[in-house]
Amino acid sequence: MASPLSAERLQRAYRQMKTIREFEERLHVEIATGEIPGFTHLYAGQEAVAVGVCEHLDDADYIVSTHRGHGHCIAKGCDVQGMMLEIYGRADGLCKGKGGSMHIADVTKGMLGANAIVGGGPPLAVGAAIACRNRGRGNVSIAFGGDGSCNQGTVFEAMNMAVVLKVPAIFVIEDNGYSEHTGKDYAVGSKDIAGRARAFGMPAERCDGSDFFAVYEAAGRLIERARRGEGPATLEATITRFYGHFEGDPQLYRAKDEVKRQRETMDCLKNFRERVTAEGWLSAAALDAIDEQVLTVIEAAVAAAKSSPPPAESELETDVYISY
Amino acid sequence: MPQKSFRDALNEALHLEMERDGSIIVLGEDVSGGAGGTSGQREASGGIFGVTRGLLPKFGADRVIDTPISESAIIGAAGGAALAGLRPVAELMFADFVGVSMDQIFNQMAKFRYMFGGKTRCPAVVRLAMGAGMNMGAQHSQSIYALLTAVPGLKVVVPSNAYDAKGLLIQAIRDDDPVMFFEHKALYPRKGEVPDGAYTIPFGEANLLREGEHVTVVAIGRMVVFAEKVVDTLSKEGITCDLIDPRTTSPLDDETILESVENTGRLVVVDESNPRCSVAADICAIVAEKGFHSLKAAPRAVTAPHCPVPFARELERAYVPGPARIEAAIRAVMKG
Repeated sequence: MASPLSAERLQRAYRQMKTIREFEERLHVEIATGEIPGFTHLYAGQEAVAVGVCEHLDDADYIVSTHRGHGHCIAKGCDVQGMMLEIYGRADGLCKGKGGSMHIADVTKGMLGANAIVGGGPPLAVGAAIACRNRGRGNVSIAFGGDGSCNQGTVFEAMNMAVVLKVPAIFVIEDNGYSEHTGKDYAVGSKDIAGRARAFGMPAERCDGSDFFAVYEAAGRLIERARRGEGPATLEATITRFYGHFEGDPQLYRAKDEVKRQRETMDCLKNFRERVTAEGWLSAAALDAIDEQVLTVIEAAVAAAKSSPPPAESELETDVYISY
Repeated sequence: MPQKSFRDALNEALHLEMERDGSIIVLGEDVSGGAGGTSGQREASGGIFGVTRGLLPKFGADRVIDTPISESAIIGAAGGAALAGLRPVAELMFADFVGVSMDQIFNQMAKFRYMFGGKTRCPAVVRLAMGAGMNMGAQHSQSIYALLTAVPGLKVVVPSNAYDAKGLLIQAIRDDDPVMFFEHKALYPRKGEVPDGAYTIPFGEANLLREGEHVTVVAIGRMVVFAEKVVDTLSKEGITCDLIDPRTTSPLDDETILESVENTGRLVVVDESNPRCSVAADICAIVAEKGFHSLKAAPRAVTAPHCPVPFARELERAYVPGPARIEAAIRAVMKG
């Protein structure tokens, strides 16, 4: 079978997913040292969703993200070192150390912010989609959210409004099985998130979030449709998270071997590697080379973050307003 | 100079600015009205208060957006559109509905610039119709600007007359920060002199409406109308007042207030809000803290009582701070 992406694009997608994975795996280690302030929600396990969607986007397309936002930031092109510095609370972080893990943004990349309010992002994405529609250049706006966000009224308001205004907004629901510590089977009444979206009058697809190609192809169909002016859509991706709700979460709500099992069967990087090498689209050596390069990038980012100064106290009251 | 109503002054500001800048959009419930109705009349209301009248026929449905009743989505869409480079003017209809959309106001648009290290701008305006006096009951009559004045990142405007309404709204639209624009419903039909062209009134600059020697009266929104009457009446018997309209509660021109109190030594603040944690309480506290040495009497706040806005005419009349209570407060501080 022919690859749906060029070898160059395949390598890029793999590099992005691997960067997210190693970024998160390294954070998992570094957070345990106590050096990183606050609390952090890791995206490891869900990489194929962020990358499968964002590989269709450029800087003029918008995304809004969630509290579990590192993956979306990297996939949308945020600077990895700037992100690491931000998570460490450093002056030269992407947001000058004022945002932290849950508030990373880079508007120049079309990344309108990670968002610590579950369900806070989708209304914003509708606004950005109005901007896309009015400019008439075929850009789209993506709202990432989890299964937990699907129980927030803001998400329903945003979905309905997007349909009514027929704006190019795509709602990507990453069903990782848990709303914080509460299982989806308990908290999502209908279990059918795509069905909820369809009830608002938009098409919705389901895909296996651990399969990059499944996400990439489904997202591509919905995004192209929105670019043509045919309105919003929803993509529900079934996936898992390899860590807890936040770092330090003892995950007493999960079966003992659940993550171990999922790492064996639902690891999007492993699945990607197996598929592209079996099909002969990329060589194992090429992937190994990317792995090594990514580790170097992450190592450099952590080293820079560790040696970087915190914000000066004089920064406390700046950036509240543009003028006041 | 032409006489125009507060409502028409606001409407004119929207027309002028939308003509000038194609990135301005207006969105909210019934901003034109008539979408999906059976009469075929596409602009059926022009906003329930008529402030957005005539915008849809001139600027089209991409820029004048009738929304579902979804306040979180309206305000959120305004915030997102502003981040993405538009200049949205969202109408929340009644200020009381701020409760439904609060997250999008105080967690989202107010905080973007700070959280994102000063690298974003969110030039959104939210218009909120406020105020008691029309028997609309507890959920359609509040003056809750204090709630938003307390939030860093927001600017809060409370105009008291038609001239200011137009100049302040144009300033709000051109401003690069999120602005909460409160319009007292009882002021909509009130006329004043309003020039035809565009002009701006800067935020954080109070308007000194009367000059006097004995008392500093600070009044907000519709309360300025009552305070003006009282101040003019009392001047005939020799009690003269500085009458100050802050025009914006964030930023607040405390300098003008403090300078005035330095001269008069007495302060009365008139505010239609409930008393606790109100703008009146805030201004009294600022003066007590920074102008204590010049005070000849304890500052007085004239506010609504600590109760919801009632429905019955008689009760609502008793709720709204009126000229009699303002006069009593001025006379009380004169006694020291």
